[in-house]
This record gives sequence, structure tokens and C-alpha cells, in this order.
Amino acid sequence: MEKNVLLIEDEPNIIEAISFILSRDGWSVATHSNGHDAVGVVQTQLPDLVILDVMLPGKSGYDILRELREGDQTRSLPVLMLTARGQVKDREMAERAGASRFMTKPFSNAEVLEVVRELVTE
Amino acid sequence: MARDTLTGSRIRERRVIVGMRQAELAREVGISASYLNLIEHNRRRIGGKLLVDIAQVLNVEASLLSEGAEAALIATLREAAADANASGQELDRIDEFAGRFPGWAALIADQHRRLQSLEHTAATLTDRLTHDPHLATSMHEMLTMVTAIRSTAGILADTKEIEPEWRNRFHRNINEDSQRLAESSQRLVAYLDGAGDAGASLTLPQEEVEAMLTANAFRFEALEAASDDGVRDFVEAQEALTSNASRDLASSALRQFRDDAQVMPVNALRAALGAGPLDPVALSRSFGASLPAVLRRLAVVSDEVMPMPFGLVMCDGSGTLMLRKPVEGFPVPRFSAACPKWPLFQALSRPMRPLHQRVTVTGRDARQFDCFAVTEAVGMIEVNVDPLYHSYMLIVPVDGPSAPGREVGSSCRVCPSLSCEGRREPSLLVDGI
Repeated sequence: MEKNVLLIEDEPNIIEAISFILSRDGWSVATHSNGHDAVGVVQTQLPDLVILDVMLPGKSGYDILRELREGDQTRSLPVLMLTARGQVKDREMAERAGASRFMTKPFSNAEVLEVVRELVTE
Repeated sequence: MARDTLTGSRIRERRVIVGMRQAELAREVGISASYLNLIEHNRRRIGGKLLVDIAQVLNVEASLLSEGAEAALIATLREAAADANASGQELDRIDEFAGRFPGWAALIADQHRRLQSLEHTAATLTDRLTHDPHLATSMHEMLTMVTAIRSTAGILADTKEIEPEWRNRFHRNINEDSQRLAESSQRLVAYLDGAGDAGASLTLPQEEVEAMLTANAFRFEALEAASDDGVRDFVEAQEALTSNASRDLASSALRQFRDDAQVMPVNALRAALGAGPLDPVALSRSFGASLPAVLRRLAVVSDEVMPMPFGLVMCDGSGTLMLRKPVEGFPVPRFSAACPKWPLFQALSRPMRPLHQRVTVTGRDARQFDCFAVTEAVGMIEVNVDPLYHSYMLIVPVDGPSAPGREVGSSCRVCPSLSCEGRREPSLLVDGI
């Protein structure tokens, strides 16, 4: 059965590229591009995996993730965080917020595919 | 050894500089060479007519012989010694060193100030790299473009069969992103270059303004009737102001000084001051001026109308010093945070309720000052919005012996009051300083 990925990212061309490579790999990809109502969208769709950018308009990826971790249905949902900041403190912040994995921009398509496959298999 | 007991050392130093023999100087002022020798070795006190006569022969002001090096020089030397963790015995002889070798002492003080300035520059640059929001946003924007380009280019390179519609779309995306990347890069380079603006200046705008005000001794009579454009023209002509930010700050300060001068002309202020005790609140009522304006005006004209110049410091609600007119004996830190016991900061917690406090500056000199402080709101008042505040403190030297006031320092680093409840960081001073 086709697995669902929800990509929450505000950069249209990154959305298009990631959607393309995941679709070609057999994933069903939904996208969302603002932080305001991202938590509600996740709770409604309940995908198999969320790819979440840190810097979003309206609400940061960290805050969204913290809220997701407080909800019963999304507490253990695999979440891959994307960020342009790769310092140790950023990685620690993502871990504290409850990220399953953390990926620093710019990443390769192969890396994204590999991590997505790992997280859903886990 | 205290500074006033080193008069003999200074006489000897000066005599050697002018190339006069001890016996010759003694003969000129009508004393024996052996008595002059005792004086020069600080074993006989000297003052009055004899000191004046010696000073005259040595072609120097008597006060320079009796008072020696400037207090500011001594204070800077103490700070330099503290930073270098000098030993106690040498620290005890700072005054003597400054008195006997004023040239070397000035050189050490200058180099210490230069070192502080360089450390400040390094801290500013580090802070900019770490916390500059513009830099962080630019880098994030560029990395986002690079990510999009890398991912899209990877699709085009690695996907063997791709529909023409997708291929065209990805080509277009790469083209768009590469253009945005180029523009972001140019903006970032322009920002880092600074184009002479404050963003790239290594000197804080406030420091440039302070240097300009000090160079003009805080006196700007020619601007007292000037228009805003006239003030702006004056500011534009000041070479010390190198950035738009410093010019804006200077214009704002000078317009304020001009407005103060128009409400309180110097002659009217001199007449109002009279011979009684200084009463800024009464002056405020008399001239219909705000109390902060009175404090500013008094500081500016004190060099002319008062027996001793007054100092002034101003800070914002965060306690950051934004304006300082120094006064001898009341050291104001240039880079580090000031003493939290200053009435300036106490006034921040009670806006529009003036404070008048006698303070004693910690240290060997322990000079007394009367401080008048008041905090005023700045900007327009809005409903349910807390105003921003500026706090002012006029620093008036107390002439002659008086009861000690509350002990205050300059900054924790150079304050000898080790048990102070307001201490933020350890003192670099050792016992005896």
C-alpha cells in the first residue's frame, strides 16, 4: 500500500523537487506551506511521515513539532526536520522538540530518500 | 605613596628635564642644596611660596608639581595593571611611577586604551557573526536557493526518463533560483562591504558622537539659533562622524542641546543659579523646562558658569549608556557595564520622580559628588503600551570636605569594593588599590 508523506515547506521549488523524487519512489505526497495551521493539517491527514521545515511563516517548525508531540495521535509520528542551520545547538534543539531525524540544507535527493525510507520502515 | 607626597619627585623630574643642577635651583629660590635634596626625595613637605618660586624657575605650573599626573591617567594605569594581574608591590607605586615618568605612564595608558578598543572591536565582530539577524536571514535565504537548485539539478541529472513538461518546469525553476541566488549573494556582499554605513563600522555610532561632542567640549553656541538643516550641515562637516547612524544620533543630540539653549540661555541661567545651592527642580520651574533638559543644560554650560565642570550620563531602559560627559574623579566605563548603584539606574525604576543623592566614588581618592537623576518617557504615549525611558544623571563635584555618600564605583572590574551586593563579576583589583 502506498505510504503518505506530508511535506511542510514554504519554498515552492523545494516543494516541487522533493514531491517529484518521493512520488517517483512510490510515495503519496501532500504539501503544506505555512506554519499557522500546520498542526491541524497533520492531525487531519495523519500521514506516515512528516517532512518539516524549521523556518515557516506563522509558526516555527520547532513549535509545530512540540505541539505534535503533545497530541496522542501524533506523539510517535516520524518527523524529519529540515533546516539551513547545522550547528550542534540547532541539532539539539530539534532533538529536544522531538525530531526523529534532522537534515541540514543543502541536502541531496538520495539523502532525503534514504532517510524517508528508514523512518517509515522503523 | 599618595600623589600629594610626591611633589619632590616631580620637582626633581622637572629639574632634570630642564637640565638644571640641584645647587643652581636651590640658589635661585634661596634655599640650601641639602634642603632641596630632602624635598626632592619627598622627605620634606613643600607648599606655599617656595613651591610657587620653584615652579616659576622650572617654568611649570605649581599645580602640576603638587598634583602630578592627571587622575584619569592614574585610573587608567590602575586598570591596565589590574588587567595584567600586576603584583601588589608595584601596584602600590602607580602614583609614584606616573609622577616620575609621566611620558612612559601616558604611553602605557594609551596602549591599554588601544588594547581595550581592539578587544571591543573583536567582540563586536564576533557578536555580529553570531547574532546579526540580517546575516542569518541572508544565509538562510541563500542556502534555501542552493538546496532547491541542488535538488532540481539532481533530478535532471539522475532521472533517466523524465516527461518534457517536468523537464521544462525544472529548467525554469533552476533558472529562477539561480537568479535569486545571484541577487541574494550580491546583497550579502554589499552588506558585508558596508558601503561606509554603520553596518560595517567597527566603531559604535555612540562612540563617534561622543568623540565629536568631546572634541567640541560640548559647546555649540553657533548652533543655538540654527535650523534643523543648519544642525544637519554642521553634522555633515564633522569628520569624526563616519556613518549615517552616527550622523543621525549626533543631529538628534545637537537639536536637543539647541532646544535646551533656547529655553535656558546661558546668561539667564547664570543669573538664575545665583549663589544658593544648586536646585535643578527650581530651575525647571523657573524656565518652564523639563528636568532632563535642565540637567543636560547644566552639564553643557557648567564649564563656563560654575566653579567646576559637571558631568552627565544618559542611558536607555536597558541601562546602556548613550551619552556621557565625563568629569574628573567620576570614571565612566567606556565598554563594560557601569556600577548598578548609580542613581541613574535607580531612577529607571521610578520614572518622573527625581533623585538627589550624595555618592562617594570607591578608590583611594574617594571623592564626593552630588548626583541628580531623573527618568523620562520618550516617544508618544499610547494606551496599554508601556513607554520607553531615558534616564539622565547630572554629576556635580562636591567642593571641599563633606560627609561621605553612598559608595559607588565605575564598573565591577575596577571597583575595590569586594563585598558589594551589586557585584556582577570579580574585581581585577588586588588589595591595596
